Amino acid sequence: MRRALWVLAVLLSHWRRHKMQFATLLIGLIAATALWSGVQAINQQARNAYDRAAATFGGVRTAMLVAPDTATFPQELFVRLRRAGWPVSPVLEGRIQVNGHSVRLLGIEPITLPADVGNAPRLGASDLSGFVAPPGQTLVAQETLADLQEQEGAAPPISSGAKLPPLHVLPQLVPDVLVVDIGVAQRLLNKPDQVSRLLIGKPKGKPAPLASIVGDRLQRVEPNAETELERLTDSFHLNLTAFGLLSFFVGLFIVNSAVGLAFEQRLPMLRTLRACGASARLVNTVLVIELVVLALIAGLIGLACGYFIAAALLPDVAASLRGLYGAQIPGQLALRPEWWLAGIGISIAGAIVAAATSLIKAIRMPVLATAQPRAWQQRQRRWLILQSLAACAVFAVALLLLHYGVSLIAGFGVLAALMLGAALILPALLEILLLVGQRTARKPLAQWFWADSRQQLSGLSLALMALLLALAVNVGVSTMVETFSRTFIGWLDGRLAADVYVSASDNAQGVAIRNWLKERSDVQAILSGGRAEAQVEGQPVELLGLPDHALYRERWPLLETAPRAWTQLVPGNAAFISEQLSRRLNVRVGDVIEVPAPGGTWELDIVGIYADYGNPKGQLAVNVAALIRHFPQTPQTRIGLIVAKENIPGLIAALHKQFALDDRSVADQATVKAESIRIFNRTFAVTSALNAFTLGVAGIALLTSLLTLANSRLPQLAPLWAIGITRPRLAAIELTKTLSVALFTSLLAVPLGLLVAWCLIAIVNVKAFGWRLPFHVFPLQLAELVAVALFASLLAALLPVARLARMQPTNLVKVFADER
Amino acid sequence: MSAERISRRMFAGGIAALALARRAGAQGYAGLGETADGFAKVLPGKAFTFPADHGPHPEFRIEWWYLTANLVDANGAACGLQWTLFRQATQPGPQAEGWANQQVWMGHAAVTRADTHRFNEAFSRGGIGQAGVTTKPFAAWIDDWEMKGSERTGDLTLAPVTLKASGTDFSYSLTLEADRPVVLQGDGGYSRKSERGQASYYYSQPFYRARGTLTVDDKPVDVSGQAWMDREWSSQPLDADQTGWDWFSLHLPGDEKLMLYRLRQKDGRANLLGNWITPDGRSAEIKDARNSLTPLATTDIGGRKIPTSWRVNLPARGLAIETTPLNPRSWMGTGFSYWEGPISFAGSHTGIGYLEMTGY
Amino acid sequence: MLSIRNLSKTFSSAGEPVHVLRGVDLDLKAGERVALTGESGSGKSTLLHLIAGLDAADGGTILLEDTEVTELSDAGRAGLRRDRIGLVFQQFNLIPSLSVADNLAFQARIAGRHDPAWSRELIERLGLGSLLKRYPEQLSGGQQQRVAIGRALATKPSLLLADEPTGNLDEATADDVLALTRDLVARTGCGFLMVTHSLHLAATLDRHLILHAGRIA
Repeated sequence: MRRALWVLAVLLSHWRRHKMQFATLLIGLIAATALWSGVQAINQQARNAYDRAAATFGGVRTAMLVAPDTATFPQELFVRLRRAGWPVSPVLEGRIQVNGHSVRLLGIEPITLPADVGNAPRLGASDLSGFVAPPGQTLVAQETLADLQEQEGAAPPISSGAKLPPLHVLPQLVPDVLVVDIGVAQRLLNKPDQVSRLLIGKPKGKPAPLASIVGDRLQRVEPNAETELERLTDSFHLNLTAFGLLSFFVGLFIVNSAVGLAFEQRLPMLRTLRACGASARLVNTVLVIELVVLALIAGLIGLACGYFIAAALLPDVAASLRGLYGAQIPGQLALRPEWWLAGIGISIAGAIVAAATSLIKAIRMPVLATAQPRAWQQRQRRWLILQSLAACAVFAVALLLLHYGVSLIAGFGVLAALMLGAALILPALLEILLLVGQRTARKPLAQWFWADSRQQLSGLSLALMALLLALAVNVGVSTMVETFSRTFIGWLDGRLAADVYVSASDNAQGVAIRNWLKERSDVQAILSGGRAEAQVEGQPVELLGLPDHALYRERWPLLETAPRAWTQLVPGNAAFISEQLSRRLNVRVGDVIEVPAPGGTWELDIVGIYADYGNPKGQLAVNVAALIRHFPQTPQTRIGLIVAKENIPGLIAALHKQFALDDRSVADQATVKAESIRIFNRTFAVTSALNAFTLGVAGIALLTSLLTLANSRLPQLAPLWAIGITRPRLAAIELTKTLSVALFTSLLAVPLGLLVAWCLIAIVNVKAFGWRLPFHVFPLQLAELVAVALFASLLAALLPVARLARMQPTNLVKVFADER
Repeated sequence: MSAERISRRMFAGGIAALALARRAGAQGYAGLGETADGFAKVLPGKAFTFPADHGPHPEFRIEWWYLTANLVDANGAACGLQWTLFRQATQPGPQAEGWANQQVWMGHAAVTRADTHRFNEAFSRGGIGQAGVTTKPFAAWIDDWEMKGSERTGDLTLAPVTLKASGTDFSYSLTLEADRPVVLQGDGGYSRKSERGQASYYYSQPFYRARGTLTVDDKPVDVSGQAWMDREWSSQPLDADQTGWDWFSLHLPGDEKLMLYRLRQKDGRANLLGNWITPDGRSAEIKDARNSLTPLATTDIGGRKIPTSWRVNLPARGLAIETTPLNPRSWMGTGFSYWEGPISFAGSHTGIGYLEMTGY
Repeated sequence: MLSIRNLSKTFSSAGEPVHVLRGVDLDLKAGERVALTGESGSGKSTLLHLIAGLDAADGGTILLEDTEVTELSDAGRAGLRRDRIGLVFQQFNLIPSLSVADNLAFQARIAGRHDPAWSRELIERLGLGSLLKRYPEQLSGGQQQRVAIGRALATKPSLLLADEPTGNLDEATADDVLALTRDLVARTGCGFLMVTHSLHLAATLDRHLILHAGRIA
């Protein structure tokens, strides 16, 4: 043991003399661990939230019975089914306002609640009688309690004046949900004897078929292994994971080059150790221990950084997810022990993988240095050929995936293969470029310049690959975001047709507001809208009622239309379909869609397809009057107004005053638009932040590679100095060389990045969100990125070059003295 | 088993412990020692009226409709079944409407053969119709388990009725006929459970003839035999120091019936009580200090020692028999667990019956 | 103390076998100081490496005290070097990242027999007292070799093997270093086998062997 410690001390002494190398190694490991575990922390947080949401007393994880029109239905059907042997449990759901805060109210029946309802919150024995028996309980998550600004045990009133049962914290519960006994829910929601859905438990025998008991009044909805939220947010998390993975690999590139160099430099030390009587096994064991210890330290620091990254990004992520999918993620980061262990594990595994070649080399090292190393050209050529072959194979995979893949994962697979292939083939491309340069060069110094660049290639290639990937991702993502941003804003302009939007609290107020508005001269038109929910082919679909008004006909953006589409819409037997839904249901203009409505099936001819960016739900747009005919319960609370611009503030103020409406209920177009754009921007804030992180890590990779390379470059540079090239000149040559390979790499990254953008827009977006955007290229942005990359390379190259320029001649002389 | 399930069982067990007063007490459930505040009291001298008393008595805390049947299948093999509906009020007072109703219902069903014992349970809240009992026509149900009369059902005989229940791996469907009225147990239907006044109202229909189909593992067989229903309600039937029951319902030769139970006390004493019912339906309490009930052999079920064979001596009636279980492992592993199964007996008399034991 | 019999070693170079040692016999008594010379490629270093267990022989035996070196495993040979052999190389082979003091001590530390008094005496005799905090790259060749000799003798080995220890030193320094070595060897009483090109230096030792055509002439 003491012997091992002494050997370890000797090995570690190397780092004391090579602090920069040590820093590089640690930075690589930290960077790899930090972003990866940061992203994992965010994903884990989100998944936990989805799980909780999904499992809330039989969410989508449980099979259930619902009415085809998704309305509530009489509780008598529940009793009828129970008495026919169906193991069902009733749930009533609705929204209520508590202290001005809108929350979901869930009424459950704990005695029949299926025992295998997901990981639903558990009711303790004593709690259960407390929950059922008067006054009952309102189960609530801690964060919701805080949101409502209430204390546990309080019984706050809801907007109708009725009081909730005393609040009782159930820690596992999802936010923004209050759970009460079904009887209490019926009273609070004023839906006596009504039920929203029936959860299906394990049957005791073979109950009679559903239709023989309730006819077609209820239909079965199978459980989803994956929740709606998970499905919707998959792409988002895949996106995060991809970034995490990318920076993990870039980090490992750094580790690989640092470890490679350190081991190379320590080979004589290892020989001496062996000559002085440390056995091969001892030395090798200690080498591995050293690596693990370093990985452990770096892993811990990386985890701490990862935690901060996650904590810093989480508000944006939560905002994105809420804006995009309506998913509620707690803003407070809660991490499980698994996360820490996984982080440390990935750090150690990564370090070992990155150091594998060096370790094997050290382990196989004969105690006597005998064999001459093969010429570098020969080695490099073989390596380049192998790598290029691998690149071709990976490209082939990308093509196959592109052709045959249908899923989102396949889309990301195409992206990953594309980038991996490009990274692998990069050194070969650079080699060819440099070779061409060398062939065409006339002057000896120029020839040396090209030849030496080629020799440097193997040392730099990993860093350049990292730079290529980071740049390509940057180009791809910024192009996608920019495209989306422009499309979105243009679309928003058309979509927000009215000047002022009013949302009444109920139908009565809606009527009152409309009557009041009719009397006003500053209102040019009153456009009533409405929304209803239905299930089409098992999917929740939103029905949007559009008023028949010239403004809509002129401005509402449609992607595809049948002739006279707007005219066809008016009678009520035609609809526009949102792009997402048309893809999901595979419906085109000219097809017919059947919507179950309370009064019977509503057949709708599809006469148009419209973009509906940012809406996770599928949507059908129909005439509002027709919507109300088919869905009489549709709340008529949404009103759009056409008002001259100068009259808007006055009208809004009057509405506020007359109907005590708050800011959420009345808004002008500009406010709505600003809010939408704000949500949109936050959505991509995370992407931008990760983008910057990744580019930063690639910059570090380049810097560290150049720094480590600089030390081994002296023997190559000393002869040039000896034949009369000044140090500043040498430094200038070095700088030019670095910048030229970086430039080549950046230029290669542009087409690759555009390809990535195309993949994102044409494959990933379509699969993930259901919308396809027009593809735009933004040359200015590209130029900017290349400039940034060159600037980063310049910074990275400057330090070693400056050192060279300032190097004492004795150091260069020493090269000759040490030559042996 | 999930904690959630346990908790529900415990909750249900709470109901069961109260509802099972006849069978329970052993677990020392707090409800047993509670006074009957707010609930109606059981007093001697009640005049029973039928069919009204076949229905629920929600002003009392607990009540049950408890049916057991000794059957023989087409091959002559003996089997038995149980169908039970328990009611418990969580709070006294006027009956609230809908979900606010304070009644909770529990059903137990079981099938026993020499080689197997299957059981299941069901829970429901009152007030919404998922479980309940009506009198005209008679119906007692929880989910799809039911005991159901018709226009032909006699007010006094509570027959004919049909009976059905199903579990995951068994089901049965029977028709029950009876040519004699129900029989009052105890002293004219007043069944005293302790010296301190704990008591219940108690009557039985021991003369049912049963016929129907019994299905185990999807294999239906025709069965026929005798059945016995107990009806009992109370607000506080057990004394605090009473730990459990050993309860016999025996079909003696010549259509005589014997209901016999022993209330075990913490101090080791056990009151032996019962009624002897003649073929013409006359019922008399058996009161004799020489009467004895002696366990002969025990069966180990999950660490519990259950006395599954007994010697019964009623010298005044000239009865000296030994009982043997059809299946010694007739354990009801429900939320509130107990032993209940068909038995046969021999000695001075030969016949069949049902045995139920709680508190072990 | 050291007894070598019929030792042979063959390398392959460009596919052709090269018989470097063809049956070397050599004996060395405790306290005896022997010089080994021979032309380049005659196998002097190879012989030294085989004795130190840095390489494995193809045939013959090497008996060091009571240990048959050729029969030891890698770990056994490492143990032998650690505990009983001191090695000095032409390239000094100091550890660049360790200070002079640590370089001097580390073999003794690995061997678990660091003797502070002996260590102090060595430092004094080698004249390294003022250099202890320096790093190898800050020392002259002669100073570096003195550190290497100190390191090799810090464990008080039974046998000191030196492979051209003065090859990188000028003549005056070489004489100084060798004189120091001879004194120290005499002080410890260990055996000393030195490979050298210099007949002049070889003459200063007790015995002078010449390796020729794979055998001791």
